[in-house]
Amino acid sequence: PPERKRFYQNVSISQGEGGFEINLDHRKLKTPQGKLFAVPSEALAIAVATEWDSQKDTIKFYTMHLTTLCNTALDNPTQRNKTQLIRAAVKFLETDTVCYRVEEPPALAELQKNEWDPVVAWAEKRYNVAIGSSTSILGPNIPASTKETFVSHLASYNMWALQGIEYVITQLKSLILSMGLIDRHITVEKAVLLSRLEEEYQIRRWGNVEWAHDYDLCELRARAAAGTLFVHLCSESSTVKHKLLQD
Amino acid sequence: MAALGSPLQTFRGLLRELRHASGRPYRDTPAYQHIVATFRAHRVTSQKLCRAQQELHFQAATYLCLLRSVREHTALHQEYHGKGERSPEEVAGLVGFRLPQQPGGKG
Repeated sequence: PPERKRFYQNVSISQGEGGFEINLDHRKLKTPQGKLFAVPSEALAIAVATEWDSQKDTIKFYTMHLTTLCNTALDNPTQRNKTQLIRAAVKFLETDTVCYRVEEPPALAELQKNEWDPVVAWAEKRYNVAIGSSTSILGPNIPASTKETFVSHLASYNMWALQGIEYVITQLKSLILSMGLIDRHITVEKAVLLSRLEEEYQIRRWGNVEWAHDYDLCELRARAAAGTLFVHLCSESSTVKHKLLQD
Repeated sequence: MAALGSPLQTFRGLLRELRHASGRPYRDTPAYQHIVATFRAHRVTSQKLCRAQQELHFQAATYLCLLRSVREHTALHQEYHGKGERSPEEVAGLVGFRLPQQPGGKG
């Protein structure tokens, strides 16, 4: 689809009844479904405004991850409630990247053990749960109590933050790596590296193809960074009291 | 807490990215002003950080990662996906081949 040209000169933020709004010249930004774009966090609004102000001749929506996340929170296009979001997030544990191990080739199996065991151990300790890992095609057998613990923990987040958490989990294909990020145990760069461990292993063996590998790497970093920042900004005590976040 | 490196480096990196991102003088932008104010108010550039400062540093480092990755991804997109239809020679070149040259006819 043809890209939309930048049609505005100035991007600014204002505070309205519903939250912080984005102004493109004199126009107020709206969501895809036509709602007024309003966010509960000033810092988040500033970062969204920066996305819009960074567009040069054409608007590259595929680079505007924070705007996209806010639109999803406001429109909720998949119409999921909190329980459904949490269930989707925790379900990922059954196919969590860091729990799914290979036996062949031995070098990759070793790499997975060295790189993934520590983060699984961290999650088990941090949340006082049993997770483990598996080489079975069925994946690890996650105890119900473990799932319950994560369900409880995620329930403490508001709806906006949950959208962000579920987004990060979908991108990284791992609940554990996502919690590592949310809990500030690992950086985005590290989380993405761990998520792409097998790709990185193949790249080291067979060489890098910039236009494919680096492209995917940068995109995943951008998305994971956006999701994590979104979660943190929507969970800050200064924003949590905002009425947009009252479920 | 994740291993983050020096807060000063993160701060400088952010300013650098904002300079790239903005069309107009980047010091006028809300983002620049917010970042400078935050770092100043919480003294996040000092070496020893308390927990709240560490959380702020993590947030700053995450935002830096976002800005940097978007810039790099956009550049790669422009380079490899933004050029429309490529000639057969260009496509061959992308994967390291050269088309055979046939004397007197189409290459």
